[in-house]
Amino acid sequence: MEIGLNHYLVLSTLLFAIGLIGVMRRKNLLLLFFATEILLNSVNIAFAAISHYYGDLTGQLFVFFVIAIAASEVAVGLGLLIVWHKRHGNIDLDHMSTMKG
Amino acid sequence: MELYLYLALFSPLVGSLFAGLFGASPRTKIAGVVPSLLLLLSFVSSTVLLIYILSGGEKVHVEMMTWMATGDLYIPFGFVVDQVSVTMMMVVTLVSTVVHFYSIGYMDHDKGFNRFFSYLSAFVFSMMILIMSDNFAGLFIGWEGVGLCSWLLIGFWYHKESATWAANEAFIMNRIADLGMLIGIFLVYWNTGSLQYDHVFATVGALDKEVLTWMGIFLFIGAMGKSAQFPLHTWLADAMEGPTPVSALIHAATMVTAGVYLVVRANPLYDLIPNVGLFIASLGAFVALFAASMALVNRDMKRIIAYSTLSQLGYMFVAAGLGAYWVALFHLMAHAFFKALLFLGAGNVMHAMHNELDPFKMGGLRKVMKGTFIMMTLASVALAGIYPFAGFFSKDLILEVGFVEHHYIIYTVLLFTAGLTAFYSFRLVALIFHGEERYKLFGIHPHEAYKFMLVAMSPLLLLAIIAGSFKMTYFEMVTAVLPATEYHVHSTIAYWIMTIGTQLFVILAIAFAYKKYANNKVKVPDGTSKMENRLCYKILSNQYYIPYIYEEYLVKPYRELSTVFWKQVDMKVVDATVDGIAGIIYAGGEKTRVMQSGNLSTMLKWMVAGTIGLLSFAVVFGLAVRYSGEIKTILSGLGV
Repeated sequence: MEIGLNHYLVLSTLLFAIGLIGVMRRKNLLLLFFATEILLNSVNIAFAAISHYYGDLTGQLFVFFVIAIAASEVAVGLGLLIVWHKRHGNIDLDHMSTMKG
Repeated sequence: MELYLYLALFSPLVGSLFAGLFGASPRTKIAGVVPSLLLLLSFVSSTVLLIYILSGGEKVHVEMMTWMATGDLYIPFGFVVDQVSVTMMMVVTLVSTVVHFYSIGYMDHDKGFNRFFSYLSAFVFSMMILIMSDNFAGLFIGWEGVGLCSWLLIGFWYHKESATWAANEAFIMNRIADLGMLIGIFLVYWNTGSLQYDHVFATVGALDKEVLTWMGIFLFIGAMGKSAQFPLHTWLADAMEGPTPVSALIHAATMVTAGVYLVVRANPLYDLIPNVGLFIASLGAFVALFAASMALVNRDMKRIIAYSTLSQLGYMFVAAGLGAYWVALFHLMAHAFFKALLFLGAGNVMHAMHNELDPFKMGGLRKVMKGTFIMMTLASVALAGIYPFAGFFSKDLILEVGFVEHHYIIYTVLLFTAGLTAFYSFRLVALIFHGEERYKLFGIHPHEAYKFMLVAMSPLLLLAIIAGSFKMTYFEMVTAVLPATEYHVHSTIAYWIMTIGTQLFVILAIAFAYKKYANNKVKVPDGTSKMENRLCYKILSNQYYIPYIYEEYLVKPYRELSTVFWKQVDMKVVDATVDGIAGIIYAGGEKTRVMQSGNLSTMLKWMVAGTIGLLSFAVVFGLAVRYSGEIKTILSGLGV
């Protein structure tokens, strides 16, 4: 069986679902970052596959952008995470409720 | 002449506003004197207009400004002074000038002195609009204006429960009648396309008889309310809660005669529908007798005079209903003079007796109140219709009208009522001024009113005596606009028999009243005497139980119905709906604010849920748009 576009898209969807559930369920901030990375990369897979399918490089270019921006986001996010951990001694989401109305 | 018209019309308004400026400040003489002088000005202007009209001048017709002009509807603020309205203007301005000057003395010690004059002048202004307007809409404004001022003045002593009750009763009864009046005015506009008297009465002849009948009936319902005809009469007697000058001006001389004025003014209409006219006359005769019978036994001085007013209004309606419009207007004029005089005299007595109203507790007052005694006696003589006083000319004329028009039942009723009138008038005079000084038992020290109050009353006294001699001048004047039918009994012998017979009958009634009530044996009734326990006495003194019936069978069921509607419909449906909407929104907010827990994880969950919701929305709509054709065929297959 040849591996076609659909297989990639199914993989992408599965990864997206995993990432989404992770975003919703995780209480650890670090693991939340992991989950967002999975989300972004599932989209990247879809982009690359479709780009290849149409023979259009635009999608793959977009993937580079996403990777770059995701990297910088993680850099900033991890920095904040370390500061938070230094201050409060935990990175539990349930404790981050200073904006509670 | 326009200047005089405007002066006559607007000086009461200026007076009212002037007194109103002092409404909240303590009693100042100036707030009473200035409106009175302005009314004198109004009276002088009216006199100038009267002389102008009498000397053969054209009627004065001005259009001050446009009030409403939309499409075919055109209603101006127009005023007309013709022979009819100038008569009314004279009556209104003269009586109100007298009453104003009198009130300066009468209301001397009242805290609401300034307020009183503001209301009283406002009333005169409304009344002037009512009689001077050249169209039905202006008449209606005046009509409502006098109603409002009447409400304000009946309830003038608003801290008294009974006064506010009477004021509301008068207002509500008049509102009921005004609905009829409004329907009448709508009918007039609908069928003639205008509200101007000139136009309406010029075109009214071409209309269908049935339409005219309805018009006449509905306009008369309005007149019935204002003139307190049966069954809307109960408010007039209760209106005596107001200060006595108010009773003299509003509830005897002017406002209550507005109904008669309306019928006189609409004479071209009522001429075409003699059936309605006959009904008006019959009702008038009935009210004349009905009211006079209630006055026979009443023990409240002012109420007796009020019933007498009601009875005399009945006379006027008999004349108007039988087509003798000028006679009705003449009696209106004469009646205004002697009835206002009678009321003002009663006011003096009330002052002297410290607001005691029961004539049985007075007696012998002629020694201390000579001036008032003479005035009230002469006014009663005029009311009874003794030659040569005003009442003789106007009231006997109405009897003659009934006789000449061959309505013998009406004639008999009116003749009998004339006897009753004489009896109750002199019963009152005898009880107040003659006999033993019963007031001593109650420790009252009566005193005569201020001199200037008696002087202020004297023009009315003069007119009550001599008004009859103006009959021919008046006849020549008003018949320029009113049908000029002379009412003469054809045979001279019959005429003399009738006149002398009536006079004798009236004099006998007076003599009987004096014999019964002017002696020293009159006691203050305590409910034990034989007469008081008779059935007919009880019926009469309870006013035929009509107020009781109204209370029991109209007011109470209405109140219960209102309670049901309030509790069942208003509270359970209307309020519940509004409260329900608010409750849903409030509860929704209460429930959904939990979403804002500040927890990042929860917020993310909601975000995902929202995204999924919006996405599924987009998908459903996208599909619906793509397959709209198919959906339509499926739906039409289902028969939708």
